[in-house]
Amino acid sequence: MAHNDTSRDVPQSVPALLARNVAQFGGKPAYREKELGIWQSWTWAEAAEEIEAIALGLLALGVARGDHVAVIGRNRPALYWSMVAAQKVGAVPVPLYQDAVAEEMAYVLEHCFARFVICGDQEQVDKVIELQDRVPQIEHIIYLDGRGLRKYDHSKLHALADVQAEGRAARPRLEGELVTREGALDFASTCVMLYTSGTTGKPKGVVLSNRNIIMTSKASSEFDRLRADDEVLAYLPMAWVGDFIFSIGQAYWTGFCVNCPESADTMMTDLREIGPTYFFAPPRVFETLLTSVMIRMEDAGPLKRAMFARFLDHAKAVGPKLLDGKPVGMVERLIYWFGNLLIIGPLKNTLGMSRIRVGYTAGEAIGPEIFDFYRALGINLKQLYGQTEASVFITQQPDHEVRPDTVGIPSPGVELRIAENGEVFYRSPGVFVEYYKNAESTAATKDSEGWVATGDAGFIEDGTGHLRIIDRAKDVGKMADGRLFAPKYVENKLKFFPNILEAVVFGNGRNMCTALINIDLTAVGNWAERNNIAYASYQELAGHPRVLDMIQSHVEEVNRSVSGDAMLSGCQVHRFLVLHKELDADDGELTRTRKVRRRIIEEKFADLIAALYSGKTEQYTETAVTYEDGRLGKISATLEIRDAAVVGDHATGKVAAE
Amino acid sequence: MLDAGQQGYTTADGRRIGGVVMEMRNITLRFGGVVAIKDISFDIREGEIRAIIGPNGAGKSSMLNVISGFYHPQEGEMIYRGARRPPMKPYQVARQGIARTFQNIALFEGMTVLDNVMTGRLNHMKASILDQAFWWGRAQREEVENRKRAEEVIDFLEIQHIRKTPVGRLPYGLKKRVELARALVSEPKILLLDEPMAGMNVEEKEDMSRFILDVNDEFGTTIVLIEHDMGVVMDLSDRVVVMDYGKKIGDGTPAEVRANQEVIDAYLGVSHD
Repeated sequence: MAHNDTSRDVPQSVPALLARNVAQFGGKPAYREKELGIWQSWTWAEAAEEIEAIALGLLALGVARGDHVAVIGRNRPALYWSMVAAQKVGAVPVPLYQDAVAEEMAYVLEHCFARFVICGDQEQVDKVIELQDRVPQIEHIIYLDGRGLRKYDHSKLHALADVQAEGRAARPRLEGELVTREGALDFASTCVMLYTSGTTGKPKGVVLSNRNIIMTSKASSEFDRLRADDEVLAYLPMAWVGDFIFSIGQAYWTGFCVNCPESADTMMTDLREIGPTYFFAPPRVFETLLTSVMIRMEDAGPLKRAMFARFLDHAKAVGPKLLDGKPVGMVERLIYWFGNLLIIGPLKNTLGMSRIRVGYTAGEAIGPEIFDFYRALGINLKQLYGQTEASVFITQQPDHEVRPDTVGIPSPGVELRIAENGEVFYRSPGVFVEYYKNAESTAATKDSEGWVATGDAGFIEDGTGHLRIIDRAKDVGKMADGRLFAPKYVENKLKFFPNILEAVVFGNGRNMCTALINIDLTAVGNWAERNNIAYASYQELAGHPRVLDMIQSHVEEVNRSVSGDAMLSGCQVHRFLVLHKELDADDGELTRTRKVRRRIIEEKFADLIAALYSGKTEQYTETAVTYEDGRLGKISATLEIRDAAVVGDHATGKVAAE
Repeated sequence: MLDAGQQGYTTADGRRIGGVVMEMRNITLRFGGVVAIKDISFDIREGEIRAIIGPNGAGKSSMLNVISGFYHPQEGEMIYRGARRPPMKPYQVARQGIARTFQNIALFEGMTVLDNVMTGRLNHMKASILDQAFWWGRAQREEVENRKRAEEVIDFLEIQHIRKTPVGRLPYGLKKRVELARALVSEPKILLLDEPMAGMNVEEKEDMSRFILDVNDEFGTTIVLIEHDMGVVMDLSDRVVVMDYGKKIGDGTPAEVRANQEVIDAYLGVSHD
């Protein structure tokens, strides 16, 4: 195999890494958790003892090799230990999303045939008990927090502490078996199974081997020079591959400390107290934080506001340059230093970000101004692109080469290939083994040479070698003149404006692009109030000439930005209209996770789309709507269609000539 | 009425209810010429949830104030753990292990949640002023112990995220929970709750109900509560006393009380002549 070059020298399983860490960093904190208002900590040696006790307890309960052990709960050290303990006895941990409803859980528990379930608290135990009829193979439920469980039938229910006590008591009897089982683990054995949420169809169980996890963790830790004295805050769902890589893979590889918050509500306080040096958050978290900072600044006194504006503006110009190691003048450095002392430093401290050396965001597109804000503060925020099937890392941005519009260069050990239709394929040591009990899907995703289809379309930028993702591959098309059409790329740019809630861009097989736009009632409503614009309804506000002017200026700004990109300059929006109703999942226009359903919108608003391409300046339309109580109704409106200026695009002339 | 004697009994959901811990015998309370409570007798069993219900002005809060030692009835006697209780000051009652919350929240608005909860430990502090001032052996040990208890209760009631927040900034529902925390931290044997769910929405009521049940289950605390929401009372309590115009008009399990004609009249409104 191609991976054998270095793989012989590294520990072959997560439990083996644990043993190495005990030997190497035995007295150093491995886990912290805030409990009863105090940060409790466990060293690597203590954690290993706890893990061993759980493993022995699992053996005493009869866990067999190859069993699946489901783990459900919020991020807590004991649940991480349970996963490693399951690995120690040759079983496969399967973390589940704790906010999943019983119905969704049933499918996964049934599919992986879990005989053992480890639950965080009563809420999770209740769900599992509710499913007993559907998933009768569950033999034992182990819980961590016993509150409210006293009266439950304990014939199948055990406290984790009791399991550990039994394990410790049975050590003389079971120790030999444990050593045998742990010794049998190698690079090929399964490390973890993670279910992908799956936007379409049933969730799929992604089987990741020790090779996948350990080689990926090794490569990515070296890429960012992670150290044993780094600190992370484990607050993202345990069922998500990212958390598994950060809180187990990289933590065990480098030996850094994993900190668990007291509860979901205290996350921000705990973040501040710990001050992580390595931090991951989806764009949504960064966005919420920024909004709360801005709102609180609005309430501050005039002097503070002025200082904030002054130094932040300067930081926006200078901060990213300093981070990227570009030359910066002496005076500018001095002002930045001063600003850091007065404003930026304290702000970072409040956000709990004073010590961040490496920060990542991924999952969806992040607004450039949000990205720049954090970079301006001197926080080394970068983007990565990954998938469960790749053990997270496909591409990531190296230090000093960070831009909001790319997702970086291939991670070490990852090969990239762009197919004819623009779809991104990758091959790496992290590529998953298979989808559990689903050979058909495995074959459809991974070819015989190990190349995996991402389902995303993108291209590698000339010169820098950075990957840019433009859209889902199935949505990418060609315009009438053969130029690339990537609607989501443009829609995302439009949606970065707070005033635009949704945008749907059309143009596949056409000679130009057009857009339907939804305004964001909160943002635009707020703007209207400040500008003394009276309105009685969403529809009225959406049709107000000044709102249209504002949206037009946004569209034109996006056009300018799109025109800068040679490949995608054809996607500039020539004509647009603002919809008279909000796109809604109840009307089938969006999915429940608020993703646009193109086909349905195309059918439903066919008259409007026809008008966009016909050169009319307004169009009367009637639309069926579903009210919240389920009744059906109709709203009608005459919508104004506007032309937006485009840059350096000859298609405009053609339209005008028609 | 349940007749289980001093041995107690086990409820349908497996909770252990013990013998009588407190008994009210022919209590009458007057304010000048106004009779707030008229010749009322009932008992409270160890580990049960006992509700007192009735229309506005029926004398429910007065009854609770009699139990907590705030009012002294002119007639009748109270038997606590087999002995007649002499007239007591509220702090003496509190030392006997009876804690309460108030209908109109009575917290220290300027203090943090944690500090408010800590005040509930006052009865457990024995160190002298001198010890306290110099953070001397005993004072230090007590402080650590008290903080530990406070944190356990904060964890139990899931208010960690507002630990350091001044109470004045909290919404109503959370204040109610902080008040429960302060009562709970004194490790009471009997907990008196005066309308714990007044002014709450359905979700907050559900949360509070769950906490009350958990307290009862986890610490075995006997709970006496006044509540207006019939659904809540019927779901939560083991036995219910119904009052109207200072008189007891019903006493028994929720099902018995619901079938009682006098109770129905009191709630639907029948003219009193």
